[in-house]
Amino acid sequence: MENIICACGHSNPYGTKLCEKCGRPLTEEGKQTKVVDMRYDGTAIRSKTYNKTIIDKIWNFFSNVKVGIALIIITLVSASIGTILPQEMYVNAPEPSKAEYYEKVYGFFGKLYNSLGLSNLYSTWWFQILVGMLAISIIVASLDRGLPLHKSLKNQRVKRHESFMKRQRIIGEGQVSNPDETLDKVEQKMTELKYHVRRDGSALLAERGRFARYGPYINHVGLIIFLAGVMLRLVPGFYVDETIWIREGETRAIPGMDGYFIKNNKFILETHGDQPQDEQTNQGVNAKAKNYQTDVTLYKQPEGAIPGDIDNLEKLRDYSIRVNHPLKESGFALYQMNYRLNELRQMNFDLVNKATEDDSLGQIEIDLTNPKKEYDLGNGSSVQILVYTPDFSGFENGEPQTKTSIPNNPAFLFRMITPETPKGEVSFVEIRKPPLEPLGENKYRMKFAGAEMRNSSNFTIRKDSTIPILFVGGIIFMIGVVIGSYWNHRRLWLQAEPDGRVLMAAHVNKNMFSMKKDLDTVTTFAGLPPYEDQLDKSEDVKKSTKKKEGDNTL
Amino acid sequence: MSLIDISGNLLFVAFIAYLVATLLFGGSIKQSNATGKNTEKWGKVAIGVTIIGLLSQLGYFVTRWIYSGHAPVSNMFEFTTAFGMFIVGAFILIYFIYRVPALGLVALPVAILIIAYASMFPKEVSPLVPSLQSYWLTIHVITAALGQSILAISAVAGLIYLLKVVDLKKPSKQRFWLEAVMFFLVVVVGFVVATSIFNMMGYDSTYTYVDKEGNERQIEYKMPPLFGMNEYKAVEEHGMSPLVEMPGLINAKKLTTVVWSLLVGSILYLLIRLIARRRISAIFQPFVKRVNLQLVDEIGYRSVLIGFPVFTLGALIFAMIWAQLAWSRFWGWDPKEVWALITWLFYAAFLHLRLSKGWEGEKSAWLALIGFGIILFNLIAVNLILAGLHSYASA
Amino acid sequence: MEKKKKRLVIRTIILAVLVLAIGYTVYGTATKDKVELLAVGSQAPDFTLVDLNGEKHKLSDYKGQGVFLNFWGTWCKPCEKEMPAMDRQYKVYKDQGVQTLAVNIAQTDFEVQNFVDRHELTFPVVIDKTKSVMTAYNVGNLPATLLIDPDGKVAKIITGELTEEKIASYMELVKPK
Repeated sequence: MENIICACGHSNPYGTKLCEKCGRPLTEEGKQTKVVDMRYDGTAIRSKTYNKTIIDKIWNFFSNVKVGIALIIITLVSASIGTILPQEMYVNAPEPSKAEYYEKVYGFFGKLYNSLGLSNLYSTWWFQILVGMLAISIIVASLDRGLPLHKSLKNQRVKRHESFMKRQRIIGEGQVSNPDETLDKVEQKMTELKYHVRRDGSALLAERGRFARYGPYINHVGLIIFLAGVMLRLVPGFYVDETIWIREGETRAIPGMDGYFIKNNKFILETHGDQPQDEQTNQGVNAKAKNYQTDVTLYKQPEGAIPGDIDNLEKLRDYSIRVNHPLKESGFALYQMNYRLNELRQMNFDLVNKATEDDSLGQIEIDLTNPKKEYDLGNGSSVQILVYTPDFSGFENGEPQTKTSIPNNPAFLFRMITPETPKGEVSFVEIRKPPLEPLGENKYRMKFAGAEMRNSSNFTIRKDSTIPILFVGGIIFMIGVVIGSYWNHRRLWLQAEPDGRVLMAAHVNKNMFSMKKDLDTVTTFAGLPPYEDQLDKSEDVKKSTKKKEGDNTL
Repeated sequence: MSLIDISGNLLFVAFIAYLVATLLFGGSIKQSNATGKNTEKWGKVAIGVTIIGLLSQLGYFVTRWIYSGHAPVSNMFEFTTAFGMFIVGAFILIYFIYRVPALGLVALPVAILIIAYASMFPKEVSPLVPSLQSYWLTIHVITAALGQSILAISAVAGLIYLLKVVDLKKPSKQRFWLEAVMFFLVVVVGFVVATSIFNMMGYDSTYTYVDKEGNERQIEYKMPPLFGMNEYKAVEEHGMSPLVEMPGLINAKKLTTVVWSLLVGSILYLLIRLIARRRISAIFQPFVKRVNLQLVDEIGYRSVLIGFPVFTLGALIFAMIWAQLAWSRFWGWDPKEVWALITWLFYAAFLHLRLSKGWEGEKSAWLALIGFGIILFNLIAVNLILAGLHSYASA
Repeated sequence: MEKKKKRLVIRTIILAVLVLAIGYTVYGTATKDKVELLAVGSQAPDFTLVDLNGEKHKLSDYKGQGVFLNFWGTWCKPCEKEMPAMDRQYKVYKDQGVQTLAVNIAQTDFEVQNFVDRHELTFPVVIDKTKSVMTAYNVGNLPATLLIDPDGKVAKIITGELTEEKIASYMELVKPK
């Protein structure tokens, strides 16, 4: 790979399109076009210069912007495929039967979609590799272009060769009476227009907003930081995502937050007055809801306490967790995610004589979170609980069984003692069923006398230490995009030849409209020859449909 | 007159103002085509009326905000109306930079169509569910819509560019697709016309049906049912019975709406073709014959440059902040989120293609139209079909 | 030449780092859903819980003895089935330095007492009222059994029902030498 020696004697790296020193086009193509390609200011894109080893080949592959664009498009299309059917996490079915759900609801297509892994598309290996390749492409392409561009912009010469000037989009040429005075005037005006002006003999370079050229590279840095942050979530300790169901009145250790405990004091559901619309219930949105709130108390164990040691819990504070208002504590946040209403907490029964239903010998209140063995009603009557099953599911070998520990279907085996029946009568009471009397007919029975309910709340416990990184990445990205989009790099070259001829050329990386405004101002002020936009001309030639193009007000 | 009535009237005034301004922009171009001179006066009046319209719509926005207590961007009607308003705003911004009346002639009808489309949805002020009660949501939605509307101006410029460069005399792919865009716009009109007519007639039929998960539900049609829901049974039926029953997977009510819109739109389109005896593209072509292509191309590019950062900020960054607060995770691959990302990726590709592959002019113009198509898809299809957490749920 | 070599090295390093990062991401995502209890060989987290008689049981108090730690609930059928066998083996091994501790998951005293009485269990049964020990041990499905050696290290983790032979062999495993 030889260096290219320009006619001016400067040695340029292989692949350079415009001489780094004087700007002469170095390629045949460049010499023939009317307007040179000013991307990266004609510097050699590094990837294109070396192509020897396999590493170089891979590098060059990712350095190619065409590849980058292809990766963007592939990512875009793949991402859209994931929205055809709902992703698994949004499917309203219990975990093991999600696969069946796809088949049941969406038929063969659903089955195919699920078995191809499209129902979990965004965490598939290939989607992640795709995003990863995009990241490689961003890094490699930016390095390959950003560094040479930076070097070139830093080492810009004021004086450029005529062949460079004439191949800019904006050119002008003409005689002026006093070249020095013209240059002075241009310098004065361009400085007023906030250009940075440099002069070198009879040449002048006015430049403004060079930093705009760095915008794309800055935003790429931001993107990479962001992606790195996302990746860091997988490193243990950076990211906690736990969930907890907790009933009113319960105190629970918070998963993922060692030493912290939370008590659910009360769950509050407030509704707007109106009824849900059909469409809304269809989509599972409860239109009535106005507020989901759980009043909690946060506790912490004293330093050095071990799990299970809850004697000396230290109250940190009370808080009302609401949607959009998580409870935050030392890097963790607890979010209100879900709720369940009306779980039995207490059941009341009257001990009554079957013959005279109304006369109660007294009422027992069974706290289902802490049932007692015996309830003394005074006057010689009492009730014993022999068995309590919170979620009664039938008998097995004569023993009542429970399905879960949740009081969905409580059942009790009572022994009722009254002065009339001092030995006691046994009765099995299941909610909403007539009592069973396993030991023969009773005189007394336990009559249901009301219940108290409680609600449960579901919280997500989240710690995401990557957020600051993501935030920094996001801010850098935004700064880069804004710099790259809202500012532009404008340059004006002016050279006075010894014969009184003035050569003018201008370049802007975007927003030619504003550049032309500046040019209009300066040409009028300094009496420069009129400039022309070579692209306007070429369009006229190409289309040649109308005689006069370019009425800007239209 | 209560605040909400004032609000509605202001919106109506804005709508009329946009219509008038469109005609004025058209007149301005006609004048200048005829005389070959700039008709500053016409242009000034036109942009003046546009600004009056925008102020009036801002009035609608503010009064509705005060009345409902939250930013009026919380359902399909409110959001889409606001989107139309921002498009007008973005147009005014770009107009003051470049002063191209032809932009108004395209941007304002687009905004009018969008607002008309919006007003076909229920206009009631609805209270917010808890997850939407966040000022971050307001910031997110408004910024995102603003970004989208600036991006939309690039499609407007693209359309002008194509109207000028595409040769309508010879059959070509370009000619076909350009007319297809026009047809789509007419279908939107068809939707508005069909909905309004059936609304005025007070059409209403109710059915029960079995949804895709096997639950029995009830549904109310506001248009004569062409398609019946899965295992539908009439509760109260008027005029006609559904012609075809659809499986549970397809929402036959929405399909009915789409087909009615297509039907009415096609009839309108045929009528226009019959009366004008040429393509709709050809009707508009004379209005753009004097635009400077370079300038229009730059307007298209510039609006992407201005809109892209705003869109990124609103649709991605603010969205993530809100999602982090409301749902404990900043990103959840919800369809709406994904489509925002797709829009973003698309415009990123647009910029890269332009910068490094030199896709300017016509190619750029087509891309701008596709981009706007994605934005509309996100607004319409994702809300109504791929409903997720973001669904405005009031179709 | 030097320059070319340097360039190759830099490129190789950058690409390698990126490929490793992607590999880690893919691997990390693929394995993140697997919930694991404690690692075998790690120190068993110390805890203290109260049994039905109000007596405190602290894991570190049993240092020097093996511990057969069983998490259970009354509604859990396999738990119920293995209890009698556990009790028999408890009686065999308690004098050989193997303690048995059954941790009930947040049920009421009444239910637990009833269960213990019905099965005539003699080993200590503690109740994890706040699920804090369950959380610390990352217990998901019941029953879950951990064998803790005399040094306080986790020797074995078993989820699911155990046969009497297994129970005996595990107790043998953590018996102090």
